[in-house]
Amino acid sequence: MSDYIVPCLILFILAHGVLSGTNVYSAMLDGAVKGLYTIRDIFAPVLIMLTVIAMVRASGAIDLTAHSLAPLTSPLGMPAECLPLALLRPFSGSGALSVGSEVIANAGPDSTAGRIAAVMLGSSETSFYTIALYSACIKLKNTRYLVPAALCADAAAFFASAAAVRLLMGS
Amino acid sequence: MFMSKLLAVLLLLAVVFGALTGRMPEVSLAAVSGARQAVELLISIAGSTCLWSALMEVMNRSGLSARIASALRPLIVLLFGRHGRDEQAAEAISQNMAANLLGLGSAATPAGLRAAARLHELSQRDRIPPDSVLRLIVLNTASVQLLPTTIAAVRASCGSQSPYDILPAVWAASIISVCTGLLAAAVLRRVWRKP
Repeated sequence: MSDYIVPCLILFILAHGVLSGTNVYSAMLDGAVKGLYTIRDIFAPVLIMLTVIAMVRASGAIDLTAHSLAPLTSPLGMPAECLPLALLRPFSGSGALSVGSEVIANAGPDSTAGRIAAVMLGSSETSFYTIALYSACIKLKNTRYLVPAALCADAAAFFASAAAVRLLMGS
Repeated sequence: MFMSKLLAVLLLLAVVFGALTGRMPEVSLAAVSGARQAVELLISIAGSTCLWSALMEVMNRSGLSARIASALRPLIVLLFGRHGRDEQAAEAISQNMAANLLGLGSAATPAGLRAAARLHELSQRDRIPPDSVLRLIVLNTASVQLLPTTIAAVRASCGSQSPYDILPAVWAASIISVCTGLLAAAVLRRVWRKP
């Protein structure tokens, strides 16, 4: 089923473009170059975060933290490997991408922990960055219940990711 | 500033822990191999990022993005009530939501900020606390993304058999997360009485 989503979506986008009289080819050429700018923008933060996180992992600190927290979270279906990702996710987008891709590479992309890490990355956002950006731009002085509500959403995303992978993907 | 402190703490952790566990050779090696892995990761996801960026550009030029935005209008009235009927606010919110759905972070932010400014203005005019602004920000911190292309590319680069098979799980987790965020905001609003 999920094998059909992406090819059909690409076909739909291109067919809609052609039928609406858009110059699809020239749009694709311009768009592809914009993708390189995205890579350029995340290059430096990902390089720095991945290096530092690889060093922390090599020191054994990540494994120790994960193993000591595991008794609390494994009853809820959250693998120990995914905990550092959950802790970093609200603070740093590039940090979360770096930790997440380490989990996916080490545990295997089609393993339960690798899938949960991927779903966690896909279903949450860098909450503190978003809150800081919006409240600074409109000069919102009192954010009241905003931070706790956003953190509730993040926590729900993490546990729902673990549950969804186990229920929907049978792993 | 936050990132600088985070990096300092993480490095301190790596050095102190490496010394205690006697894994300094591994930590030292990781400084080099981590940097190499980062470049390998970015090169391996670059192709897919550029392909999706190309398809997004087609959607923007063919008017498909605008159609998705206008299909979201009823949802906006449902979420933002009277302020969701304001033409200027609804237009910016629908663009922000459509860009988030399509994973266009760079297009979502300017529209989101425009929407936040307009909602703030409306609540000041009506002399009510800016709850609609906070609701918009909650929606943006728990963004629902239909196609997490970067993560699928990372999975593909690690040799996944089917990098997009996580889609239904991502959608389910995103919807649960957004609903929890909105529900938490609605409940906490009553508790947080002081404006």
